[in-house]
Amino acid sequence: MNLHRLGGLILIALFVGLGLLLPGWSRFLLTLALARGLLVLGVVLLMQAGLVSFGQGLFFAAGAYAVGFAMRDLGIRDAFLGAILGAGAGLGIAALVGPLLARYRGIFFAMLTLAFSMIFYGILVKAYRITGGTDGLRIAPPTFLGWSPPEAQLGSVLYLFTLVGVGAMVFLIFRYLRSPLGYTMRAIRDNEVRVEYLGLSVSRALYLAVLLVGAMGGLGGALSAMSVGHVDPNLAYWTTSGEFVFVALLGGTGSVFAPLAGSIVFEFLRTYTYKYFPYTWQMGLGLIMLVIVGFAPGGLWTLYELIARRMSGWSWSWKRGA
Amino acid sequence: MVVVLETRGLTRTFGRVVAAEDVNVQIRSGERVGLVGPNGAGKTTFLNLITGYLRPDRGRILYRGTDITGLPPRTITRMGIVRSFQIPQLYPGLTVLENMLLAIAARSGRGLDFWRPLRRDHEVAEALELLAAFNLTDHAERPVGELPEGGRKLLDVAMALALRPAVLLMDEPTSGVSTRDKFEVMEVVMEVLRRSGVTTLFVEHDMEVVYRYAERVLVFHSGRVVADGDPQTLFADAAVRRAVLGWE
Repeated sequence: MNLHRLGGLILIALFVGLGLLLPGWSRFLLTLALARGLLVLGVVLLMQAGLVSFGQGLFFAAGAYAVGFAMRDLGIRDAFLGAILGAGAGLGIAALVGPLLARYRGIFFAMLTLAFSMIFYGILVKAYRITGGTDGLRIAPPTFLGWSPPEAQLGSVLYLFTLVGVGAMVFLIFRYLRSPLGYTMRAIRDNEVRVEYLGLSVSRALYLAVLLVGAMGGLGGALSAMSVGHVDPNLAYWTTSGEFVFVALLGGTGSVFAPLAGSIVFEFLRTYTYKYFPYTWQMGLGLIMLVIVGFAPGGLWTLYELIARRMSGWSWSWKRGA
Repeated sequence: MVVVLETRGLTRTFGRVVAAEDVNVQIRSGERVGLVGPNGAGKTTFLNLITGYLRPDRGRILYRGTDITGLPPRTITRMGIVRSFQIPQLYPGLTVLENMLLAIAARSGRGLDFWRPLRRDHEVAEALELLAAFNLTDHAERPVGELPEGGRKLLDVAMALALRPAVLLMDEPTSGVSTRDKFEVMEVVMEVLRRSGVTTLFVEHDMEVVYRYAERVLVFHSGRVVADGDPQTLFADAAVRRAVLGWE
């Protein structure tokens, strides 16, 4: 436990330090990766119940547009309010689509999430007067409880703000995974019938999980929108959702940190492959996926576990030798 | 004695197979009832009908005078009618202890709690106590997938007991358990049930087990209850023995 606390503190120090030391463009990538990591984390949480969400873009766009609307129509520029509104928008949409989603499994669940996100995409594109159509909405630099950071520092502040938001979510998810509901989700994947025979409603459990994933996705969308400064319908497009699933497989499901780590690796990978292979970068990602599926089906997290095991093996043999 | 469970004209067919036909049974509070009969006689169907897994084509099921026909398993479970399974229905991805804790959490009405931890000291203590009764303490932290068949069977029953049922339906509680351990298992289960006054129905193929632990026996054949009485009288009846139990 103490070791975990120490590890947590080191991790926090590392990420805060990175934010202060990294050059602007890579700090921006890190900010985006963390925000998008919340969507990936949502994919992983649903995977625990054996469900694949191919419509995370729905919550992502809901959260992002909530910030856009709040700024344009209500004049709300506060980052905290924006984050809350984003999470609330994700939660609200999840509350609407959740009852139907909770009734389906397997490929039907995946297709239904995809359908909902594409309906939302359609609305965002067509309702030009409200949503700005394919042009999207511009998002002005946010303020923080009345403080408007100077332009040179805005990136750092947004990074730290995102870090705190993601950190809070990670804490919440740790609690959730240790709670009865977290275990019930894994029990649903194993044996739905017995879950009902314990007197629990499988569909209600799934509904609650969708609400959690929706709120978390909305927050991710809001955080990302504030950093990017712009929202457009592509946030809800199916390739965006597909990317979240891709990153979930890339990072693995071994830990809450795996999707976040996967998201960071992906963001940099994409940037560099795009830079050096502008016409074939998607092929590069495809090859990486092939390697992952073939050699590390547990994602990049298996590499970490492998190294961690080796290192504990080393220290153990070292102790024995001494 | 008060009637807790009653079926009236319960009928269910699968195509041409009649799995239950006009089953009229009254179970009184605290009774220990053995359900016997050849394979395909409708014993498991009877359990599936009572617990809401199957809907009857005709007939009604009353629990303490309330009509529970057509209610889903989770509602019936919450009302106090709990079952265990012939083929253990567990969560292989979780440990033995976690399986138990989930059952206890469900009983405490916090199966969908997402804030407090699953492992709470008093609930862990309760789970370990039940596991100890079934000699599963040593396996508590092992994944269920690693448990031998006999152990999984016991865990299945232990999870049902963790729900603190008023009526417990057990589908062949000793199948898959070695002959040597059969009576030990039944002794443990029956002791727990006796202490808490749980009404018990159990499907069983081992007539020695039935003879020793059932106060009353229902003999099923082709979806019908063809005999109903105490085991001493029933097993003495040559017709029942030959036609239904296959004994000479």
